[in-house]
Amino acid sequence: MRFTTAGSVDDGKSTLIGRLLYDSKSIFEDQLESIRKTSDRMGLDHMELALLTDGLRDEREQGITIDVAYRYFATPKRKFIIADTPGHIQYTRNMITGASTANVALILIDARNGVVEQTSRHSFIASLLKIPHLIVCVNKMDLVDYKQEAFDKIVEQYSTFASKLEVKDIRFIPISALEGDNVVNRSEKTPWYEGATLLHELETMHIGSDQNHIDCRFAVQTVIRPHSEDHHDFRGYAGRIIGGVYKPGDEIIVLPSGYLSKIKSIYDYDKEVKEAFSPMSVTITLEDDIDVSRGDMIVRRNNQPSVGQEIEVMVCWMHEQGPRPKAKYIIRQTTNEAKAIIRDIKYKVDINTLHRLEEDKDIKMNDIFRAHIRVTKPLLFDSYKQNRNTGSIILVDEFTNETVAAGMII
Amino acid sequence: MYNYTLKHIKELEAESIFILREVFSQFDKPVILFSGGKDSLVVAHLARKAFYPAKIPFTFLHIDTGHNFPETMAFRDSVVEKFGVTLLVGSVQKSIDDGRVKEEKGINASRNILQTTTLLDTIEEENIDCAIGGARRDEEKARAKERFFSHRDEFGQWDPKNQRPELWNLFNARKNFGEHFRVFPISNWTEMDIWQYILSEEIEIPSLYKAHEREVVWRNDSWLPVSEFLNLRDGEKIEKKTIRFRTLGDITITGGIESTAVKMEDIVAEVAAERQTERGNRADDKRSETSMEDRKKEGYF
Repeated sequence: MRFTTAGSVDDGKSTLIGRLLYDSKSIFEDQLESIRKTSDRMGLDHMELALLTDGLRDEREQGITIDVAYRYFATPKRKFIIADTPGHIQYTRNMITGASTANVALILIDARNGVVEQTSRHSFIASLLKIPHLIVCVNKMDLVDYKQEAFDKIVEQYSTFASKLEVKDIRFIPISALEGDNVVNRSEKTPWYEGATLLHELETMHIGSDQNHIDCRFAVQTVIRPHSEDHHDFRGYAGRIIGGVYKPGDEIIVLPSGYLSKIKSIYDYDKEVKEAFSPMSVTITLEDDIDVSRGDMIVRRNNQPSVGQEIEVMVCWMHEQGPRPKAKYIIRQTTNEAKAIIRDIKYKVDINTLHRLEEDKDIKMNDIFRAHIRVTKPLLFDSYKQNRNTGSIILVDEFTNETVAAGMII
Repeated sequence: MYNYTLKHIKELEAESIFILREVFSQFDKPVILFSGGKDSLVVAHLARKAFYPAKIPFTFLHIDTGHNFPETMAFRDSVVEKFGVTLLVGSVQKSIDDGRVKEEKGINASRNILQTTTLLDTIEEENIDCAIGGARRDEEKARAKERFFSHRDEFGQWDPKNQRPELWNLFNARKNFGEHFRVFPISNWTEMDIWQYILSEEIEIPSLYKAHEREVVWRNDSWLPVSEFLNLRDGEKIEKKTIRFRTLGDITITGGIESTAVKMEDIVAEVAAERQTERGNRADDKRSETSMEDRKKEGYF
């Protein structure tokens, strides 16, 4: 399972991760020794668990998280990949990097402060990214004397805000990352809380249905032609199944060319398999010798993606310089690359109220807006809601080569 | 109802294979950094899987410090032959002879840091635009910050405070002339994943990872192998011990642990019970708290 942290600066994201690792005994002795020494040197009387993920010199000096840190731990029930992300608004793009592949987002809220701007922003981004599960951790309960009223107030405040988000599964847990309450071990200080601990939620949450196993999507990455004596006529299409289940014998269509054929075999390395599903990386051979290359998609005839050069996208802008008028960008979507122009900005979203600002189209870094984008060649896509893999795009500046925006097709 | 869930290790494998295929498609002259250690062996194995039945389409590059375990070198050559790939060797000794770098002096002298210059020189001379590495995010706190596709400027430097955003499975490999990328396909694997994978895929590994008898001295809390490059300090004595190595670097900086594990199953069990990180026995990481970050910024692996 992949989960990410979100929330404002100093809401204790890194400390929570540190606590989770520490209490689940996933920290090695030499790592512990090293952060103990560093904490001493910083003059702290407690062990600074955040040092476990804040690995860069600048982060340790300033006590903040600048970029995503990935951490790993396993319990007998599950293996976890954690993306610990920064809370500062200027590093929102790094938060998005960490969140884009997550199954679960932990939203931290300081029990004293309640929902603040970054809580809303990150929750909105998590909802845009279609992270299926949110766990709201009301942190620093020790600083509000573990009072149920404080917790209930935030649950109500957040629920009101979240009613405008498209997230189905939201859970709330009162915790103290610093003291370890309800993270791995149940707290005696919150007898009024009857729910599970954070680790228990993470271990038992059902994530099997997060993948799309209905709409078959296979984007060709490369063509494998060995030209060797043993495999003289072998012509395989290598790629990752990004939706649905494929079987030999399936009647398929190759897009955008429209050629029809049948799947001859599916290889998982040297083994022929009877079926393959997302997110497997496989090599597919077809019955007919037709022209298929990188960027093409092999799909079922009765379930095809949209094909077109005009797309409607929710865009997160991630660069200091806003979109230049009439500027061309490189667009990447599945294994395709083309040029694109932002034709029209429809509205910007006010992060706090989620209102559409139709008059304000001045885009700055970290702004989220709806745009109409024209692409120089047809893309094969679905809405992001239907499939994260075929509905996501990035924009790259053709001069600086920087990734300037991420987008979700509507 | 079918159960279409992939096991964790198969999901990691699928991700790594996807990345290796992206590297092949998006770069002109990619190489696999190959030391013969367990992580680079797993990368090579994944590359074999990614392009089967065609050959691995990448050249292998070894940055040779000259301070090797003889076993690793023999093993390296046998793997290169098995896969039928071309091996490029960047020689640190040559960099020293050419005056590009200066050898460290003193009791803990090592050629670890010198490798960076040799690596960057080789990348430039051979017009390499992508170096695929076996670094993992769980190894070290600076590595925990790496992207899969990590951009390097014309000086080969990493700018950890200003990395490109990297979303979903969309990798931006665009760069200016003279710049290159480092790509880490097994970023999300842990030490445990690597060992379990080696076990289940029956990947051959150098004998050094298995318990064997060896002449060693006790230094910096681990057993350092005796070699022609080792200078004994006062009070240090050579002993014979049954040890194995958790990581393989230069013979001058890689310490072993006492162990009797020979079978892969026993090694996996030992790794699972470990309370120290694998790099805890690597003198190169012990020099300072941010030694990995500092080396990486300069262009280290």
